[in-house]
Amino acid sequence: MKKIEAIIRPGKLDSVKDALGHQGVNGLTVTQVIGCGKQKGNTQIYRGVEYTVHLITKVKIEIVVMDKYVEEVIQVITKEARTGEIGDGKIFVSAVENAITIRTGATGEQAL
Amino acid sequence: MDTGDTGFIMISTALVFLMTPGLALFYGGMVRKKNVLSTLMHSWIIIGIISLQWILVGYTLAFGPDHNSLIGGLNWLGLNGVGMEPNPNYAATIPAIVFMAFQMMFAVITPALISGSIAERMHFPAFIIFILLWATFVYDPLAHWIWGVGGFLRNLGALDFAGGNVVHISSGYSALMAALVLGKRNGLGKDSMAPHHVPMTVLGAGFLWFGWFGFNAGSALGANGIAGMAFVNTNTSAAAAAIAWVVVERLHRGKPTMLGAASGAVAGLVAITPGAGFVTPLSSIFIGLVGGMVCYLAISVIKAKFGYDDTLDAFGCHGIGGTWGALATGIFATTTINPAGADGLLYGNASLLGIQVMSVGITVVFTVTSTFIILKAISMVVKLRVSEEQESNGLDLSLHGERAYSEFV
Repeated sequence: MKKIEAIIRPGKLDSVKDALGHQGVNGLTVTQVIGCGKQKGNTQIYRGVEYTVHLITKVKIEIVVMDKYVEEVIQVITKEARTGEIGDGKIFVSAVENAITIRTGATGEQAL
Repeated sequence: MDTGDTGFIMISTALVFLMTPGLALFYGGMVRKKNVLSTLMHSWIIIGIISLQWILVGYTLAFGPDHNSLIGGLNWLGLNGVGMEPNPNYAATIPAIVFMAFQMMFAVITPALISGSIAERMHFPAFIIFILLWATFVYDPLAHWIWGVGGFLRNLGALDFAGGNVVHISSGYSALMAALVLGKRNGLGKDSMAPHHVPMTVLGAGFLWFGWFGFNAGSALGANGIAGMAFVNTNTSAAAAAIAWVVVERLHRGKPTMLGAASGAVAGLVAITPGAGFVTPLSSIFIGLVGGMVCYLAISVIKAKFGYDDTLDAFGCHGIGGTWGALATGIFATTTINPAGADGLLYGNASLLGIQVMSVGITVVFTVTSTFIILKAISMVVKLRVSEEQESNGLDLSLHGERAYSEFV
């Protein structure tokens, strides 16, 4: 089992989610996150006072899948979330030791 | 007694009332989210305290029979004798109790305006004591000087249609002094102090604009032509100032902001307040345009230069806007609009401007020194500021034990 964490542009969430759904990925967790990378922050002005915000709003999608689906999921996310500009985001893949379904108690890949 | 006038003033009273909850939202949106409830609470607790203070002692101190042109007598303590019959000294066509209620809403909003400068750091018990003392020893005498029969500024011929001196200059300069006495918020210039909810502020500004029709038009104390003129001047000045603020900030900082449009409208409403029933609609455009510009400059340039921490620009909006409005009244007032007023500089009478300058000066000196004395006296009994830890945790949690926005569920 692998966990795929994709940090993407907030505006791309719907199309990524829909495309993953077409691929049969129906379990995912979405969080609003803030962070920084190569993309510059933005400047906000309130009553003439400027604030530079370095931490930009992004959306993080977490998906845990069987090893054999990892490449496919990465391709879908990359295709849907990409604009080609700086700030498209990152995908991280890591190993998952176990998974448990709270309702049934099923473990491992059975729990996905 | 006139039923039309009475009905109009009762509706106007309700409109002016709405300005204080509106001010709470206007201010509440501009603080950080950990302090929004404490900021709303400032206005709301004042509605409670001053509504009672006004009935018990405030009204008679301000409008009671004059003593030495300085203060009203205690004849109407607890509204004794203030009833359904009109008091022709103030408003011959409406019941005295209605005039009292209309004035009450002005007494309520004025100290609430001050709360903008001390937001995010003042200790609540000190705030309550301050409000009570300030209302009794600053607002009530000042209202008597300018509006009370026999008051010395009224006798001098100073024009203040709806409260430029009494409400805006007094609260604005007191707010500046309060901000200086309290000192800056921790982390100012280092941490982000950006508003947490601009739409809340915009909603509040909308309530203020709406309520201001009652504030200014109602100050005619009758459903008549001067009320209509004040109504139109109010809207005109607010509109012009909103535009002026946005244009100036577009030129200065590159972007026209919604917060700027809302702030500009309030600046324009402040600026037209003293002259609303004395000037023409065309003069109102000019009063609004200049009001929006000078308030923007005061807030974004002068404040930064001097470094005082007037959290929500109570001084920048009300002190500066009110001063401009009082001077503008001395320039643009005309007896063709209001025969009970006077002609200003533009209509060949320079002396009115001199009188306006003097009344502003007296108001500023009086309010600033008494605010200083009151705060220093309070600081000997209770602490004015919250502790550093309380400030960093936010006043909502540390002073009021509640949170505006839950983290989960």
